[in-house]
Amino acid sequence: MQAALTTSMKFRYFKQHVFFAVVRLSALLIALALGGLIAYIVANGISAISCDFLTLPPTDSMTKGGIMPAILGTLYLTIGSIAVALPLGVVSAIYLTEYAKQGKFVRLIRIGINCLAGVPSVVFGLFGLGFFVVFLHFGSCILSGALTLGILVLPTIIGASEEALKAVPQTFREASLALGVSKWETIYKIVLPNALPGILTGSILGIGRAAGETAPIMFTAAAFFTAKLPSSVFDEVMALPYHVYVLATAGTHIDQTRSIQYGTVLVLVGLVLGVDLIAIVIRSYVRKKKRW
Amino acid sequence: MSRHLKETIIRGIFALFAFASVLILALIVMFLFREGLPIFKEVSVADFLFGQEWYPTYDPPAYGIWPLIFGSVIVTVFSCLIAVPLGVLSAVYVSEIAPASIKDITKSIIELLAGIPSVVLGFFGMVVVAPFLQDTFDLPTGLNIVNASVILAIMAIPTISSISEDALYAVPSEFKEASYALGATKYETITNVIMPAALSGISTAVILGMARAIGETMVVLMVAGGAAAVPESIFDSVRPMPASIAAEMGEAPFGSGHYHALFAIGIVLFFLTLFFNLIADYISQKFKEVGSATL
Repeated sequence: MQAALTTSMKFRYFKQHVFFAVVRLSALLIALALGGLIAYIVANGISAISCDFLTLPPTDSMTKGGIMPAILGTLYLTIGSIAVALPLGVVSAIYLTEYAKQGKFVRLIRIGINCLAGVPSVVFGLFGLGFFVVFLHFGSCILSGALTLGILVLPTIIGASEEALKAVPQTFREASLALGVSKWETIYKIVLPNALPGILTGSILGIGRAAGETAPIMFTAAAFFTAKLPSSVFDEVMALPYHVYVLATAGTHIDQTRSIQYGTVLVLVGLVLGVDLIAIVIRSYVRKKKRW
Repeated sequence: MSRHLKETIIRGIFALFAFASVLILALIVMFLFREGLPIFKEVSVADFLFGQEWYPTYDPPAYGIWPLIFGSVIVTVFSCLIAVPLGVLSAVYVSEIAPASIKDITKSIIELLAGIPSVVLGFFGMVVVAPFLQDTFDLPTGLNIVNASVILAIMAIPTISSISEDALYAVPSEFKEASYALGATKYETITNVIMPAALSGISTAVILGMARAIGETMVVLMVAGGAAAVPESIFDSVRPMPASIAAEMGEAPFGSGHYHALFAIGIVLFFLTLFFNLIADYISQKFKEVGSATL
């Protein structure tokens, strides 16, 4: 009896070992996928990176020269999209966490945000084309692209801001209200400052997302090549993700430009992951420092 | 009184801002229909959805998107075959098995993977996966269903993993403790108690992962090969719906049948992903906190 029990226990632990091995392996596979991808990009792209590559425009029908206009274009588009999405997102989140009472109106807003978060990026591109470019006559330009990217990252920013606001302890609000401070002042002076690191983290992640998106700017802002740098928000721009796509698929010299392609991919990945990493570090720092 | 008025005004303005998301969603639907519906003067809805031939630039043009729908569905299903096991198991690792120090690192890795721009993954599929497939299986092209599915899986894994992890984490610890008290091993507790209790959350994760894969554009544009025909093997090229929109919009003359047809594909794509999202929303609402309420 005793022996039989031990054998069955052994078998049960054997199953556990196998299962844990499979589980660990799948986590390892994901880590290897990320590590391999980054290592491959760095190994192939690093030789293309030079001061000239980062500061000069493309030359010789994009087979030589740098990618400075694309870097600049991506910066413009990203800053523009955050300028649209950050105020809208933070105010939405404040309303949802601080003011709204459960009801049909709030349920409707929540469904709206969830659905917006699920809209495919190419559909945002179509909307940007139909609304900003054609209907509002903005044309294909920085403004149209930034607005399109702005509504794309809006749900991300609302979600992150809400979480940050919810993490501020209720006692903080109660203490302020008990001192006779109005609701708005409580939010403005007590809740927001405490939620700020969380809101920033979320926004930075949003920036990373906006900087890397291609489909939404294809028909709304991005140009294959521009002879000069944009002088107003109504100019078309080059952008890093679109530059990668164009060089890798549509160029007539695909093999000649491989080194530029790897270099551009490295700059894009470095930019996006660098920004994400900053957000992750800030977040873990703030979590450790938190006193409540 | 003036203070009260000020509060009311602020509240109203904030409500208006919050309502913007709903308005934007409504505008998206409106403009998709405005630009997409005119195609149905040329072709019936049934012929558009189930027509076998997509030759939008021919004379006369053929606007049947069945091969494109089929392409989208097939790459989504195959990518899920890879992404669901990896995503769910990695969530189990993070939430149940990993030691605290590795747990945070693993979570960051998954988050960083989610941050890789899709165009970069598409590029990786073109320069690494495609030549590999072509050489290994002696194919005419490495840009095909398998390639697109593998790369799409990499995109869907972070979504599936992080939402599943939330679901596993939310299972009350009493469940675990009761299971251990009955003499179950950790493995038996995970598979018989924790995972069934988190099933609704895991289902939500899978559905949202699928929605992500079906709507993803750059990957399928760059590595699916672009053949607008119903495939016969998993090594055939396909042209999923988002790829068709992104590849052809630049060449479609403004206001032409082709232009309207591409917007109509956008309508199909929009409602398909909306459907997936509403199911996910329904599941997560319906099975909310069944756990602790029964204790």
